[in-house]
Amino acid sequence: MMRLFKGRNHASNTVLAPYSIWAFLFIIVPMVCIAYFAFTDNNFQFTTENISRFFTTVSNIRNEDGSITEIHTYLVILCRSLKLAIISTVVCLFIGYPLAYRIARANTKFQKTMMTLIMIPMWMNFLIRTYAWMTILQDAGILNNIFTKFGMSSVRIIGTEGAVILGMVYDYLPYMVLPIYSIMVKMDYSLIEAAHDLGCSSLSVLKRIIFPLSLPGVLSGITMVLIPSISTFYISQKLGNGKIFLIGDAIEGQYVANNLHFAAAMAFVLMVILLVVMALVKYFTNRYVYGGAE
Amino acid sequence: MKKIISNLLTGIVYVFLFAPIVVLLVFSFNESKSLSVFSEPSLYWYKELLKDRNTLEALRNTLVLASSATIISTIIGTAAAWGIVRVKSKVYKATFNTVTDIPLTNPDIITGISLMLMFVFVGSFFGARNSLNFWTMLIAHVTFCLPYVILQVLPKLRQMDKALPEAAMDLGCTPLRAFLKVEFPEMLPGMITGAIMAFTLSLDDFVISYFTSGTGFQTLPIRIYSMTKKTVTPKMYALATIIFFITLALLLISNMIDAKSDEEEHKKKKKIFGGKTHEKN
Repeated sequence: MMRLFKGRNHASNTVLAPYSIWAFLFIIVPMVCIAYFAFTDNNFQFTTENISRFFTTVSNIRNEDGSITEIHTYLVILCRSLKLAIISTVVCLFIGYPLAYRIARANTKFQKTMMTLIMIPMWMNFLIRTYAWMTILQDAGILNNIFTKFGMSSVRIIGTEGAVILGMVYDYLPYMVLPIYSIMVKMDYSLIEAAHDLGCSSLSVLKRIIFPLSLPGVLSGITMVLIPSISTFYISQKLGNGKIFLIGDAIEGQYVANNLHFAAAMAFVLMVILLVVMALVKYFTNRYVYGGAE
Repeated sequence: MKKIISNLLTGIVYVFLFAPIVVLLVFSFNESKSLSVFSEPSLYWYKELLKDRNTLEALRNTLVLASSATIISTIIGTAAAWGIVRVKSKVYKATFNTVTDIPLTNPDIITGISLMLMFVFVGSFFGARNSLNFWTMLIAHVTFCLPYVILQVLPKLRQMDKALPEAAMDLGCTPLRAFLKVEFPEMLPGMITGAIMAFTLSLDDFVISYFTSGTGFQTLPIRIYSMTKKTVTPKMYALATIIFFITLALLLISNMIDAKSDEEEHKKKKKIFGGKTHEKN
């Protein structure tokens, strides 16, 4: 123990060892395991079967007029996940950006309260929050009860893509607001005033000053919303009522069915897609935020 | 006019954020079984909750798991942060940052699946039919808590003047005493907020636990998940309400500690630099 504190440079290695070992065993090795399982069969022999199953499985769906169309099962699921995740991210951006701006311009005490209020729902277990939305939106749910009380006809919301998007926006909106707010609160407002003084319209102030300055926050907000919404499975189960099947549901389903190799193959594909997304975000951050430096 | 509209829209977003929370809190006091029609206020479901053996056991499991994960991740994480600020090698530092980022940027489902596959793979060597249990879950929880602890402790160490421990030793402190008197107090606020974060994250985690839990060991979120597969009674809402207020209390405490340490930091700097705040980094 005493030696640890005497030879300080030597000590840093000793002290780092537990984490280095932990990170290697439980972060790196598991990642390798995904690739290993994705490219092996049940007897751990090399195969590309799992990956090709993902891209080639087809199934028939019956159209409304009775005709039958053949679709690529998993590719359709993947595209649907991407579509819903992108829509949710855009909605989060359109709600979160003005909200973050509004909060950042408020006085300090009010700012703190408003930010705390944004965070509080995050500390309610997300399964229960999502479930509570289900009871609100159900056919005989709270919202429809209110509607019928006022003599309006009830609406069907659960089981639509809209409901799933609502759930995603609800769950991940704070992830959009937080990074944008933290950038905006540090922004130099004299720049905005100067632009106004020099005759800029509000719109061009937003376009030329506020937005470019807040871009790092926007980009990190986008990744923080996009990633969990691509991979969610509980929201689609409850608010999609099992009708909106996403890639997360597919992975979870294969896990439950104990098809670990196929689950790994899907996780692998998802991981590759996310790596591409992250690389793109990083590229845009470097290009537009740091002006190509770095 | 513009201001009224902006306030109104902000208000709507807040209503949207709190709608399910309010619904939950209100219906946990519902007399009847319904989750959409409120009949009469009562504490019936809270009493029912206290009778539910499985849920209470899940609560106990969750607390045991979260506390163990918090203690282990705080110790390993703090040590790692203390070590990495002293490492000179750039390659090592870059690797450290990249690897620490992996659990933060990976979606939970990938982290969960990857750990599960590894446990199954290692288990298959020993011929285990069911390789998931309390220990696999503990490993998973420590793994996803570690980066948060590290990221809380690191800035505190970076803010600290590196000459301070050396100065203490020059003035006759033993290295151990210099560590305890100078570095440890600097790290402590970061360790506490890191530990509280780890605890709440572990308490609340569902996805990673779902993939790494065996059949024998059930935590609360997993219990909630299996409850929502069947018909749900306000009992679950009562449970959620209780957890919610416990988590909220923990967070308020952690915020207070953070604010206090910032304030002290500010005062200290004022004393040293005679009113001029001096920013490092």
